[in-house]
Amino acid sequence: MNAPAVAPSALAPAPASEAVLAARDLSFAHPGIGTVFEGVSLRIRRREIVALLGSSGCGKSTLLRVLAGLAQPARGEVRFLDAPLAEPHPRSALVFQQPSLLPWLTLADNVGFGLDFAHQPRSDGAARRARVAAAIEAVGLAGREAAYPAQLSGGMAQRAALARALAREPELLFADEPFSALDAITRAEMQALLVDVVHRWHSAVLLVTHDIDEALLVADRILLMGGSPGRVLREWTVDMPHPRDEHPEALTALRLAILGALRHSS
Amino acid sequence: MVLNLVLPLAGLLAAALLWAAGAGWLAGVTPVASAFAPVPTGEALLQLVQGRDLWEHIWLSLQRVAVGLVIALVLGVPLGVLTGLSAWFSKATTPLFQFARMISPLSWMPIAVMVLGVGDAPVYFLLAFAAVWPILLNTAAGVAQLDPNWLLLARSLSATRRETILRVILPGITAHILTGVRLAIGIIWIVLVPAEMLGVSAGLGYFILDARDRLAYSDLMAAILVIGVLGYLLDHAARSLHRRWLHT
Repeated sequence: MNAPAVAPSALAPAPASEAVLAARDLSFAHPGIGTVFEGVSLRIRRREIVALLGSSGCGKSTLLRVLAGLAQPARGEVRFLDAPLAEPHPRSALVFQQPSLLPWLTLADNVGFGLDFAHQPRSDGAARRARVAAAIEAVGLAGREAAYPAQLSGGMAQRAALARALAREPELLFADEPFSALDAITRAEMQALLVDVVHRWHSAVLLVTHDIDEALLVADRILLMGGSPGRVLREWTVDMPHPRDEHPEALTALRLAILGALRHSS
Repeated sequence: MVLNLVLPLAGLLAAALLWAAGAGWLAGVTPVASAFAPVPTGEALLQLVQGRDLWEHIWLSLQRVAVGLVIALVLGVPLGVLTGLSAWFSKATTPLFQFARMISPLSWMPIAVMVLGVGDAPVYFLLAFAAVWPILLNTAAGVAQLDPNWLLLARSLSATRRETILRVILPGITAHILTGVRLAIGIIWIVLVPAEMLGVSAGLGYFILDARDRLAYSDLMAAILVIGVLGYLLDHAARSLHRRWLHT
């Protein structure tokens, strides 16, 4: 009954040069809470959109922080572009559930925020402005450069947050439940926009989500996380062209498979 | 839009009518009270704004407000940051601050005059002492309410300590500091008048007592109006500063 376009991944290891990010045998413990996850190995290839799917509290956000270099694992190693990762990499970017724009800066200044920081790759003002303008254009906010966050709707603010990430021209975009605070219509728009812009920017994405449909609509590969301590339990490759909502039967089959696996995991 | 203009004006007009009625009734009891009525007060105000004296009193009072506010900021912001950052410092000082905050600054007046002498110094002390609490507490709240994602964002950009403080933390708490400043200006303006009634020979508080001693009751009422208008303008300025910063 499985649709032909959908097949469980054979876990074929890509050549090292193809991976943006490779993590091996990661574990992480919170003092007082205990082991959050252990034995997590995964790799994200260039331009690949990977969804990390799991219920609330399964440790997926913590795993994202470790993979982004914002927290150090108790054991294991994260490699970014084939080099060990000790702190956030300049070619990675973050999008959170909340836009977290800085309210005292204009939209353009928010999108360009931090590009001139000491540890960022050196670039002159004109190049930075061009990157900011391209990112704002890509998320459909051209003409609103001078607006302040308080003057933007929730959807526009999240677009701005996405533009801020794009302006770093990231090899890998970390997105932690980026659309779960939005209404359903805006969320669908943003999911389509995300797929569109990361393809144009040639970025890979690690999308943390608890929404099966979001994972199905956006991701090339879905990792199911669960258990206590958390582990990556299953993996599916979604080999379907975008926009996916034009293939509802194939999505439904995979959706049922994931739901079944989720039931067994808890 | 029209209502926004008409209703406040109607409220002010009603207050002026009540004022006239009250002054008329009082004049029936004590004839000298007729000087409190709106018309003589208006005439006195017209006289005063044409002279130099009132402006000098106003100028001095505003200078004292500024000095008191600056002292309160210099003390309140660093202490507030410390309170917001250190749970240890916060626990140690919270009862003390809440205790000190509830003492009317004016009750320190005799001690302030004894220690600092007669003149501007005790007035500055009283104003700063009154204003430091809202600034301190709001700064601490601002630090505690900094969006953790802003700090995460700074870390994801490998921001240096200096970049994090100057580009994220300080601008991030400025809105709260401005809220504190607005509350502080309100308190300073209220404490200023009684503080200027003791030991100084100029300022709006002094002017009130002086008008009483000269039996110039219309001048006294005019000074009350001036104090109200200036307080309103100061609060308005502080509000618009806050709004401009947040662009709401």
